Amino acid sequence: MSNEPFNADREAYRYGFTTAVEAVTLGRGLNLEVIKAISAARQEPEFLLNFRLKAFAVFQKMEEPTWAHVDYPPIDYQAIQYFSVPRANDKPATPTYNSLDEISPEILETFKKLGIPLDETKRLNNVATEVVFDSKALHTTHQKALYDAGVIFCSFQEAVRQFPVLVERYLGSVVPTVDNYFAALNSAVFSDGSFVYIPPHVRCPLELSTYFRINNQDAGQFERTLIIADVGAYVSYLEGCTAPQSSKHQLHAAVVELVTLDDAEIKYSTVQNWYAGDPITGEGGVYNFVTKRGACRGKRSKISWSQVETGSAITWKYPSCILQGDDSVGEFYSVALTNGRMQADTGTKMIHIGKNTRSTIISKGIAADYSTNVYRGLVKVHPKATGARNFTQCDSMLVGKHSQAHTYPYIDVNNPGAQVEHEATTSKISDDQLFYLRSRGIGPEEAISAIVSGFCKDVLKVLPLEFAAEAQKLLTLKLEKSVG
Amino acid sequence: MAEPLLVIEHLSVNVESTPILKDLSLRVEHGEVAAIMGPNGSGKSTLSKVLAGHPSYQVVAGTIRVAGVDIAALSPEERARSGIFIGFQYPVEVPGVNNADFLRLALNARRTAQSLPELDAAGFAPFLRTAMERVEMDELYKDRQLNAGFSGGQKKRNEILQMVLLEPVLAVLDETDSGLDIDALRVVAHGINTFRSPQRGLVLITHYQRLLELVVPDSVHVLSGGRIVASGRKELALELEAKGYDWLDKR
Repeated sequence: MSNEPFNADREAYRYGFTTAVEAVTLGRGLNLEVIKAISAARQEPEFLLNFRLKAFAVFQKMEEPTWAHVDYPPIDYQAIQYFSVPRANDKPATPTYNSLDEISPEILETFKKLGIPLDETKRLNNVATEVVFDSKALHTTHQKALYDAGVIFCSFQEAVRQFPVLVERYLGSVVPTVDNYFAALNSAVFSDGSFVYIPPHVRCPLELSTYFRINNQDAGQFERTLIIADVGAYVSYLEGCTAPQSSKHQLHAAVVELVTLDDAEIKYSTVQNWYAGDPITGEGGVYNFVTKRGACRGKRSKISWSQVETGSAITWKYPSCILQGDDSVGEFYSVALTNGRMQADTGTKMIHIGKNTRSTIISKGIAADYSTNVYRGLVKVHPKATGARNFTQCDSMLVGKHSQAHTYPYIDVNNPGAQVEHEATTSKISDDQLFYLRSRGIGPEEAISAIVSGFCKDVLKVLPLEFAAEAQKLLTLKLEKSVG
Repeated sequence: MAEPLLVIEHLSVNVESTPILKDLSLRVEHGEVAAIMGPNGSGKSTLSKVLAGHPSYQVVAGTIRVAGVDIAALSPEERARSGIFIGFQYPVEVPGVNNADFLRLALNARRTAQSLPELDAAGFAPFLRTAMERVEMDELYKDRQLNAGFSGGQKKRNEILQMVLLEPVLAVLDETDSGLDIDALRVVAHGINTFRSPQRGLVLITHYQRLLELVVPDSVHVLSGGRIVASGRKELALELEAKGYDWLDKR
């Protein structure tokens, strides 16, 4: 291995381009007027405006959390644009696009470059995709097939207009506005996102996916996702993210809420590849401060999170499950890769409340270069959660001499019959391993790929097929220059 | 007459600027089995690492040619693909990597270099089965993680399995016999013997005579203090066994 921690010719972040799109914004800064303006621009009902105002009042009293193992200069919340939508062809900031013709060709080109064709003739056959560009959901494919199945999959704004009762009932019911600083901020200013409702006993015929893109360099992205699987329903949801390369930090503070009723199941997968900042100076990159939580409200219901985190300058994210229904199941499968100057503090919370609830946590952290990679997890068993079981496997892999891996497992058991297991390992991709594989004719890239996919196998195998292949490529690409 | 398969001329090698090999010369013909013996710290393992192209070993003088090609500029993977195989004294454990997947990657790398089509998992299965039978290795080892938790003997057997599978032109086995029980030694020796052919060359690096009773060498070289101090036929090994390395120093 060379003494140089970085290679100057490291493959540049390939999604780092910016699209020249005229944006309609509300300017910088956060105050009551901005929040009212966001709500008014989106023609929101009163309950939603009140939700925002309440959240803003809470936010102003809260302090930014400092317990995470991350280090960054103070964020100037007044320098951020909280609302940025691309101007539509000929029309100023219309609420929805009825057809692709109304989206500017530059944006269509952007998504084509990202490998996400919106054109129905080029679409992926079994994946319905929604795309969110800065603050605005642009388009949802496969509307008809979903409509026939009774599935609602639309932008959050659309849901507020068409299904206000559902939105009012569930919004903030899993992640309350007071939950944490960034959730409160999101609740005050969230702009768009996805809404999914699967009616009773429907198995969603397509994989649903949302693709998030931050384009405006000065705008934060504050999307809100709400997914409800009614009794006996099933849905698999995929999320992908990229942002242009920028010397400034961009704030991404999303909230995702999932609800499963009796016998329902939600599988939520993420491949996160936000711009991670300059690998040597640490300049720029996305601050990914996200609150994701699912409530297994119903008996025998199940929520499964799987994530491959490969980007962002800082990640602060703990997709969690509240296992309220008896016999409900929570799962968390995670691969978090950090390189350059990235810092990730990620993990999960499994809150066992119902009887015989079960949870599984499989976390694989890979830290390279000068990065820091933290697993932080809580397994909590309430006094009434008789028969609760948890299994946690938490593995870290270090690459190079300067990277760090930390594990902070919190276990809080209040029921004597609960069974909680925790296993953890730390390993290194060593020069010796690489040399051994190379001495058998296997090139360095293939060798890294073999070692990393072996390490991440337990997580990659639960990802939807296309995602698994993409994730594996991404991991190899990011590690190539860090090893050897 | 064609050049010998392996020609090492005046080779000097440093590890972190400490000279280990000093002006070493050695020739191994096609079809020849050469044994290299020598006391601890004489540079035997260094020789195998240098042939493999390990980046920590700096060649400061001399040349190594294999089948007429100077290998100085070749990366470890290029050496392997061209048919050079090093059986290591301490094979590395690589947890997470499936043994069969690894073996297939290695064979496909070699086949691609030979302009042969790559094998998919199904196409590879019979190759693997045959090779495993030859080294009497239990099938369950193909689904194990590469060398992870293998006993010393199983690791060595896995090295021989790789050699049999990859069909190299030149194989260098570094103390493959150490740490083996009698049965394992017999199996390894059998694997090596079936590998012998007029086109191939084999270098056995060993401390002891006992492997050489099962794999009879054509030549024996004694490495001491970083250079070859004596060369002879198989009888030299017996003499060494009886009299010890000191005898050479006194001679």
